Amino acid sequence: MYSWYKRNQIAATPWLFLIPALIMFAMYVIYPILQSFNLSLYKWDGLGDAEYVGLANYEKLLLRDRAFEISMWNNAKWLAFYLLAIPGGLFIALFLNQTVRGIRLYKSLFFFPFVISQIVVGLVFTWFYDPTFGLFNAIIGVVGLGPVNVLGDPQLATYGIIAAGLWPQTAYCMILYLTGLNAVDPEQIEAARLDGAKGMRMLWHVILPQLRPATFIAFVVTIIGALRSFDLISIMTNGGPFGSTRVLSFYMFEKSLSEYGFKMGYGAAIAVVLFLLMLIFIGYFLWRMYQDEKGGH
Amino acid sequence: MFQYSKTLLAALAAATTLAGNASADNLTGDLKIFLDTSNPAPRATMEAMIARFQAKNPEMNIETTVIDREAYKTQIRNFLTANAPDVATWYAANRMTPYVNAGLFEDVSDLWAEPEIAENLASTKGAMTIDGKQWGVPYTYYQWGVYYRADIYKELGLSEPANFDEMVSNCEAVIASGRKCYTIGTKWLWTASGWFDYLNMRTHGFDFHMQLARGEIAWTDDRVRETFANWQRLVDLGAFVDDHQNKDWQQSLPFLVSGDAAAILKGNFAVAPLREAGLTDDQLDFHQFPAITPGIELAEDAPTDTFHIPTNAQNKDNARAFLRFVVSAEEQTEINNGKNLGQLPVNAKSSVDDDKFLQKGFEMLSTNSPGGVAQFFDRDYPAEMAKAAMEGMQEFMVFPDNLDDILERLEAVRQDSK
Amino acid sequence: MFPAPIEKASRGARITYQTMLPFVLVLWLAPLIAVALFSVRPAADFTAGNYWGLPSSWEFIANYGQVFTSSMPRYILNSFMITIPTVIGAVALSAMAGFALGVYRFRGNLILFFLFIAGNFVPFQILMIPVRDLTLDMGLYNTKTGLVLFHVAFQTGFCTLFMRNFIRALPFDLIEAARVEGIAEWRIFWFVVLPLMKPALAALAVLIFTFIWNDYFWAVVLTQGEAAQPVTAGITSFNAQFRAMYHLMSAGSIIAALPPVAMFFLMQKHFIAGLTLGAVK
Repeated sequence: MYSWYKRNQIAATPWLFLIPALIMFAMYVIYPILQSFNLSLYKWDGLGDAEYVGLANYEKLLLRDRAFEISMWNNAKWLAFYLLAIPGGLFIALFLNQTVRGIRLYKSLFFFPFVISQIVVGLVFTWFYDPTFGLFNAIIGVVGLGPVNVLGDPQLATYGIIAAGLWPQTAYCMILYLTGLNAVDPEQIEAARLDGAKGMRMLWHVILPQLRPATFIAFVVTIIGALRSFDLISIMTNGGPFGSTRVLSFYMFEKSLSEYGFKMGYGAAIAVVLFLLMLIFIGYFLWRMYQDEKGGH
Repeated sequence: MFQYSKTLLAALAAATTLAGNASADNLTGDLKIFLDTSNPAPRATMEAMIARFQAKNPEMNIETTVIDREAYKTQIRNFLTANAPDVATWYAANRMTPYVNAGLFEDVSDLWAEPEIAENLASTKGAMTIDGKQWGVPYTYYQWGVYYRADIYKELGLSEPANFDEMVSNCEAVIASGRKCYTIGTKWLWTASGWFDYLNMRTHGFDFHMQLARGEIAWTDDRVRETFANWQRLVDLGAFVDDHQNKDWQQSLPFLVSGDAAAILKGNFAVAPLREAGLTDDQLDFHQFPAITPGIELAEDAPTDTFHIPTNAQNKDNARAFLRFVVSAEEQTEINNGKNLGQLPVNAKSSVDDDKFLQKGFEMLSTNSPGGVAQFFDRDYPAEMAKAAMEGMQEFMVFPDNLDDILERLEAVRQDSK
Repeated sequence: MFPAPIEKASRGARITYQTMLPFVLVLWLAPLIAVALFSVRPAADFTAGNYWGLPSSWEFIANYGQVFTSSMPRYILNSFMITIPTVIGAVALSAMAGFALGVYRFRGNLILFFLFIAGNFVPFQILMIPVRDLTLDMGLYNTKTGLVLFHVAFQTGFCTLFMRNFIRALPFDLIEAARVEGIAEWRIFWFVVLPLMKPALAALAVLIFTFIWNDYFWAVVLTQGEAAQPVTAGITSFNAQFRAMYHLMSAGSIIAALPPVAMFFLMQKHFIAGLTLGAVK
């Protein structure tokens, strides 16, 4: 045994090093994904025997489920508006990219919202929007607007939650851009300045191309964050009012594990749809990584 | 695995010098009890009751586990299969169905055949029956109804409404005085369905309500629309407090305390927090939800909490003995009195605490509820239907004009779950 | 540097910038500052409608004291007992996996690597029911161990991506030289590569700490009640208990947020290095 290992050390070692991670990963990630696909073909209340129903769950989900439709729309809103975190983060990063006294502390404090759990962010914003004592109505009251019950209005509630989500996400993008700005080539900037470029032109033609890696990462984490949104919805509205703030990830949880749920097969079908949606972005990301790998070596 | 509260039951039992019939039954062996009564007062009540059972059976080895009430609702699915106790708390009516269907609750029809139980618990037998068999025993229940500010009614010269028209005209007077008629918080949906229960049972009666629950009547039926039309009379008046869709029921209570709202439709559990918040029994009073359609027998919501024996239990004889003990007249009197649960006993031979609201509730349920006793919307209606319907009711209370759309949606859910 | 350094601008511009900074910061953190103010108000302020004025009295000790006599400390302890083993487990597994994928060339290397990345981006929801059932079957439902095992497995994806890229950037000559010396492969890992990976280990540790501390979804799916639940889930039952007592709810939220905040300020450099992985090459 030992001498075999001696001879094949280079070939065997990587596998020995990989085994623990692979086992855990297979058990908790790969296999469950397959199980979910399988479960989505069954009707199961989590107690008795599961009954095979073929594609019936998908049929109901895609053709006859209004809550699913609303969830999809809300997911689309999340995707569209959550991306505002990227220009927002860039804007703040540009604002803070100076070297005045105490700027480091300012940068840290601006980053603060990202470190706090979404649960706390959700609570903070719920109170921020509260129709009786919320700061939000106090502020818009100054300019003669309101009062608005943001989270109680089915038209506004989702935007209210997205705004809460944008707060930490903008902070995240800001950090990515601040680090990116650090690495921008000063010589190119000087050269561009000599050519008379400044302001927006400089940003667009010289800075942004150099920030492309940061933008890419910001894009990836924001898309994933948007599709994963669960904590904020769960805390701020619990899907309400009248189900108007559901997204796929929340709806799936609701159908499977909430008090009136335990439709496991149906929940799994929702999860599969969400997974396939996410797979588009994962595929794009992997393709980009693959291009990098090919170029790099 | 759970939060254990292995009270030193033996010691406690010895200390509990219960007078009279602590006649020892002297059962032996084990008894494992799971409780969802995690709030401090009910928890103490149940633990004291178990201690008295222990005193009767000093040789028995009793182990009690108390689980958070909300967490219990999902945990029960796990422990009934994997790690079954001998006795577990739960709720009556349709809430039992998934467990009965999955064969996880023991058939205890034999207990209900015993004269002691058959005679004294007859009123709750229906709520414990599925497929002609009984699947557990009740241990407490409480009335629902209108809790109102008597002082405000007096100030405005109003009296308890005898019918729906009076209810509406009272409400008009309350609104004219700058208040709201009813406070409610519908964030968690179920509060809205309390209104539906009463409006529907008063408009069309108990049997209709239960047919709708069983999915035998379309949600788009005209009779359902009539119920909502009655509801809309109140909504259009502006009877309910604003922004109720993002308040929970506790957050709705301050309106009643401050006098910004004159009444609340709620279960008797609202009395304790209202008293704590400073309302005296002179200020707070109770009346039955008035009749709507003349000639329809009045029926009430009175949710019942229950004990069951899991099919996988190890000590079913001891469990049966415990269930007999729980429903006995003396225990029922003791655990439901004002110092303990503050609710109504299920045994007809028990006496009701002389608390004002318990007396009124008991009288109402025993003399003026000929139509029947419902368990509450989300216990009577199947889970998926209940969830969709309660969401629709919340929406209706904010946007009554959406009614057609809401009813069509609910009908689709009914069709799908057939 | 872009934008142009402000110190080269006019004096007026500089002063404007310097005074704007704190103003913008307060605006940015306004919701949080509001909650911090809530947390030191007496209950009476809320009944009196004094939400935005100065607190009528400063109840810092009373409010926070009450939080500490509730079940909050228990939840916070749970959070630590979940987070720390997860950090250790995930970092250890991924350091090994990253070493294997970064140093060796073998068939399937890139596929495995991509598998880890893809797994990292998978929506949790698709794992939810099977992982819950698996945890139940292992008898680990509602235990910290059950939560830790899952977190370790899931975080391994992200950590491996990170570690592998970091190891790729190390000078390969060092490993070659060690091999020529005849040093066993595992010793190369332990004595050559691992010491060079210290910055990556630190960055990952801080980052994973924050991720796991802030996890809510899995806490709700795999645990219930104060025996095993971390503080993110605990704060909701804390709030149920102190319903509408906004001063206590605020104080509880602030306390729940403190550990990752402290972590961030202590380890800022590593934290940011972790986050910006790949952003700047």
